[in-house]
Amino acid sequence: MSKKLLLTYDHIPGINTLEVYRQNNGYKSLEKALKTMKPDDIVEEVKKSGLRGRGGAGFPTGMKWSFLAKPEGVPRHLVCNADESEPGTFKDRYLMERIPHLLIEGMIVSSFALGANTSYIYVRGEYFYIIKILQNAIKEAYAAGLLGKNILGSGYDLDLYVQPGGGAYICGEETALLESLEGKRGNPRLKPPFPAVAGLWGRPTVVNNVETIAAVVPIVNFGGDEYAKIGIGKSTGTKLISASGHINKPGVYEIELGVPVEEFIYSDEYCGGIRNGKKLKAVVAGGSSVPILPTELILTTAKGEPRLMSYESLSDGGFATGTMLGSGGFIAMDEDTSIVKNLFTFARFYHHESCGQCSPCREGTGWMEKILKKFIDGKATMSDIDLLWDVQSKIEGKTICPLGEAAAWPVAAAIRHFRHEFEEYVKNPQSIHDVKHYFRLNNLVEA
Amino acid sequence: MAKVTIDDITIDVPDGTSILAAARMIDEQHGTNIAPPTMCYYSKLKTTGGYCRTCIVTVEKGSEKDPRPMPKPVPSCRTNVMDGMVVRNTTSPELLEARAGVVEFLLINHPLDCPVCDQAGECHLQDLGYENGKEGTRYEFQRREFEPIDIGDKIKLHMNRCILCYRCVKTCEQITDGRVHGVINRGDHAEISTYIQNAIDNDFSGNVIDVCPVGALTDRTFRFKSRVWFTNPVDAHRDCNNEKCSGKTRLWMKGDDVLRVTARKDRWGEVEEFICNSCRFDHKKTSDWTIEGPSKISHHSVISQNHNELRKLQLGIHKQIKKLDGTKIDLGEGALNPNNIDK
Repeated sequence: MSKKLLLTYDHIPGINTLEVYRQNNGYKSLEKALKTMKPDDIVEEVKKSGLRGRGGAGFPTGMKWSFLAKPEGVPRHLVCNADESEPGTFKDRYLMERIPHLLIEGMIVSSFALGANTSYIYVRGEYFYIIKILQNAIKEAYAAGLLGKNILGSGYDLDLYVQPGGGAYICGEETALLESLEGKRGNPRLKPPFPAVAGLWGRPTVVNNVETIAAVVPIVNFGGDEYAKIGIGKSTGTKLISASGHINKPGVYEIELGVPVEEFIYSDEYCGGIRNGKKLKAVVAGGSSVPILPTELILTTAKGEPRLMSYESLSDGGFATGTMLGSGGFIAMDEDTSIVKNLFTFARFYHHESCGQCSPCREGTGWMEKILKKFIDGKATMSDIDLLWDVQSKIEGKTICPLGEAAAWPVAAAIRHFRHEFEEYVKNPQSIHDVKHYFRLNNLVEA
Repeated sequence: MAKVTIDDITIDVPDGTSILAAARMIDEQHGTNIAPPTMCYYSKLKTTGGYCRTCIVTVEKGSEKDPRPMPKPVPSCRTNVMDGMVVRNTTSPELLEARAGVVEFLLINHPLDCPVCDQAGECHLQDLGYENGKEGTRYEFQRREFEPIDIGDKIKLHMNRCILCYRCVKTCEQITDGRVHGVINRGDHAEISTYIQNAIDNDFSGNVIDVCPVGALTDRTFRFKSRVWFTNPVDAHRDCNNEKCSGKTRLWMKGDDVLRVTARKDRWGEVEEFICNSCRFDHKKTSDWTIEGPSKISHHSVISQNHNELRKLQLGIHKQIKKLDGTKIDLGEGALNPNNIDK
């Protein structure tokens, strides 16, 4: 069993209530922080811990916190990004549903560290029942004096609000989230200025993922140095992985960063191998927007070393032979999966979710979906593969926010690693719905 | 002050200047043509820019302090210069290729109905396509379609032609009292809309026609009256009783008739001063105006073809014509006025 920091008590009945949560070491970090630490000490511990943003980009959290501008007389805000909408990622939902108080504890400690007196949790609108869970938990916390005025007699005040999103993936982008939180259309802002300088209502703001904020709790409890001992290299601590796809045991797993990918897929502690005894064909390791990798590249790097579940190891080799840890949405696909069909689903998603603000993403995502539809309909030609490649390259890096890249990378990776499959869709349009054909195709490829 | 080099030309600009503004300064000082094209940025309006991505440039050297190049092309309209920055626009083939991609994206859902579009001849998208785009398109699918709608009795919205530059939204936000239109829906279904067909009814609403870079917002009092290159632009003014309006306009004339009134535009296609609806829509008689003389129209515009010269003759400003052999002929005042010739 690898070490657990976040999901230690998730199996205990009633852990969603304040009473049971407190019986299981709940709110210990808050007491420690408010009674024995100064705000800057907490920031220092987080820096020492090497914690990196769990929302996808992997930016060091301590550094992000230290960038927060602190002008005199201007309120600061902490906003928790719970707008988890990436296909393949559902870790925050699990955490908020099971242990809502862990997030709230993390929010209070982090707000204290940042000097914020009003904080927000922006929850994805489709997570309606979770909003109720969080509301209940916040109500309990207020009643117990853990929120509101003079928390635990320390003189520190904090109000915590839950804001439901309107149902847009783009509001998971931090500046679009802030726009939405302000009651505006959820369009990403141009940066600079960054939220650390001018965020919510133009005030200095930190936006962090649910898991990042939850991870502050063990960091304060055990100390940044202890936390940094867990994991491997610059990938410290534990990470929640949402495992889905053709595996025996889909679900949310807390892993110590540095677990080999092979162990994660095949060991009974985690995914438990590929279902029905099939072979693994490809893996999307970090949520739908990261590049897909074929079996041989996900299990070992291009250098032949075993691939580990860590920020560095997964991105080893750049995009030519690597991918990203992203938000930890681990989607495994067996040998019968059609990469092209799967890509079409992703492309349709990004087309649907593009906000329409900047031209490459607004027009390009729809175009890519239409070209991919041609493959599915058996009407594509060889030149469409090159066209698709060209369109994605014209989107990547030209957009305001990373949604453009999120839409372009999966297309690029699918063509890079599975071009033969696109060609097969062109050459053999009749056989594309034949599952056995894929089996043959893959044998052919592996031979 | 910051020293910035764009396409190998160095200029000193005040801190806080955008790359685009610096490039325009270079063009104005050196007569070059290195300023990136813009479709959504409008220097007269706040918070515009950054959306269309046509003004992207490559930053080869970030600054003197941090010489690292920027990893992605940046929008020049919203990126400020740093001291020692080195920027490439027209001298970077990769960038021109990237910009051609942006132009293609802007055109794939555009109806290309220029033959029946009032904007043709003064359309920024046409210019952009000719100057920065490629021949032909690779798009083979149905384009998105919307029904044209009337925004009040003076303005027509052809959403098909819109490139979602947000200029009209910002105009209404910033120069009219209370915006009643905005963008609804998202992605490539996004559209400019007055909420539940609320007509824009405001003294300055007509300016959305001028800021629109394409033919999405057109003047219903001018629709289908004439192609713009058959009209002669002259600068004129009147005593406008609206405090906020200067009354300085541009008349688009055919013979002695005023077909259209717009604001005056500078060489970057931006209005010099916003004008009120009364000047724009209600004063269409020559006698309403004091005519100052022919407008300066850039040579690259189709509108400049002959019309300025012809107009000068009509107004009697030029009384001579130079023949090919160099000799000059004297003409009487108004000699080339079509009305006179008919008689």
